[in-house]
Amino acid sequence: MTDDLGKPTVVVDNLHIKYKTFTSGKTAAQNRSLLTRQRGIKVVHALKGVSFVAREGESIGVIGHNGSGKSTLMRSISGLIAPAEGRVFASSRPALLGVNAALIPRLSGEKNVLLGGLALGMTPAEINDKFDEIVGFADLEEFIDLPMKNYSSGMSSRLRFSIAMSRDHQILLVDEALAVGDKEFRAKSEARIRAMREEAGTVFLVSHSMKSILDTCNRVIWIDHGELKMDGDPREVVAAYTESK
Amino acid sequence: MTPTDYEAIARDAGLERVGARPPLGAYLAEMWQRRAFATSLAMFRLQAQVSENRLGLAWIVLRPLLNAALYGTIFGIILPRDTRPDGVAFVPFVVVGVFIFEFFSKSFAEGARSIVGNASLVRSLAFPRMLLPVSHIVQQVLELIPMMLILAIIVIGFGQPITWWWLLIIPALILMTMFNLGIALLAARLTVHVRDLTQVIPLVTRLFFYASGIFYSLEEVLADQADWMLKAAQLNPVHDYITIVRDLMLEGINAPGWMWMVATGAAVATMVVGIVFFWLAEERYGHD
Repeated sequence: MTDDLGKPTVVVDNLHIKYKTFTSGKTAAQNRSLLTRQRGIKVVHALKGVSFVAREGESIGVIGHNGSGKSTLMRSISGLIAPAEGRVFASSRPALLGVNAALIPRLSGEKNVLLGGLALGMTPAEINDKFDEIVGFADLEEFIDLPMKNYSSGMSSRLRFSIAMSRDHQILLVDEALAVGDKEFRAKSEARIRAMREEAGTVFLVSHSMKSILDTCNRVIWIDHGELKMDGDPREVVAAYTESK
Repeated sequence: MTPTDYEAIARDAGLERVGARPPLGAYLAEMWQRRAFATSLAMFRLQAQVSENRLGLAWIVLRPLLNAALYGTIFGIILPRDTRPDGVAFVPFVVVGVFIFEFFSKSFAEGARSIVGNASLVRSLAFPRMLLPVSHIVQQVLELIPMMLILAIIVIGFGQPITWWWLLIIPALILMTMFNLGIALLAARLTVHVRDLTQVIPLVTRLFFYASGIFYSLEEVLADQADWMLKAAQLNPVHDYITIVRDLMLEGINAPGWMWMVATGAAVATMVVGIVFFWLAEERYGHD
């Protein structure tokens, strides 16, 4: 280890994640019996021993095919899924920002901003101070009174991004949230991520857009079938990944 | 190549394990810090519920009222008069029972769904999970306020006098809220482990409904049975909360002093057990 590397902020140590799912169809029908308790349960081994160290000032792109375990990795780094084996260490609680992170659809954008902020640990006064900034960044002033279920997917992901970014995070995990925004918003949020990295934060970015990975990241991790296939310089890893397709 | 000792790197950099369950004291302190989340969630959910229905807020009261009318009519006809308590107006007796029972049954049902039903919230944001069942209880307490007002109007309308005893309804309902919170926490964790339990909850609720003496007096119905049956039935805390409120609001009902003791003991014990039981599994919520 050389000294010019930043201080470690996230350490992932031999991480295994397993999902239990209920199957139907052929596999389930074969061993269907009321008496066996594990009827139709299939264990999906989503991550198989992933290890790495992330440091201050790094912005790490995470790439891989659909279903390779990228989102699972993000969720477990943020502590939302308990590992079956192995551990995740971090200097502060990582904040996850994902496309599926629906808040409460039947409530207005305004109330979701409030709830999201409160859940992130802000006080009502802090949220009040930042409210205009959050809504302004998401560019949603006109629609903030509408229920979120009436938002387009781009609009709601913009709002979620703004809520998550309103708090100063040391470690931020962005799961394809930028892909849904329009071009202008994408540029704005990529600038925000770069600014955060310069403030010695650590950012993980899951994306299928190699351009956005190359534009924002200074390190790339390639996850393939639950295993860490490659880890290193963005250009090299992206080139190897593109070739493999 | 020697394998990297990741744990040592983490230790040297002073990193902590993500998602580790904090000690109970720290956990409760964090919840207290974020209490505004639970109360706002309860308020907003209530508002959404109100704005989605044409009759809005009225449904909070209408539902138990219709229930009371239905049960009152059906059981008023099919049950013999000697199942009713002596010297008590039947309508206020049933209405108090149904309203107070509604507070229990909704806390139980909503509490059981509080983690399973908010999966997307649990999977996307990190906060002490106990805030979710707590927010459902807060919502039930908010709904209880208009219910108690209507209840008071009905009871007065049927000729019951207002007395200073009514003030004691507040501590009685606080005890019941503690009991309900404990039940909600137990149910919230159990449904996470065994999803099938959500199917059984209406059945359990029904069992409590019949065992708590909503439209008949347990004391009268069980008068001819073995002594222990009445004793056992009276140890049911839900029955005791209802009887205490009836005692305070209606003439002719007497809750013996020990019912207050059962009510207090059950409230404290259920709440403490519920909190510890729920907290122990904190790392598991959102896992499956």
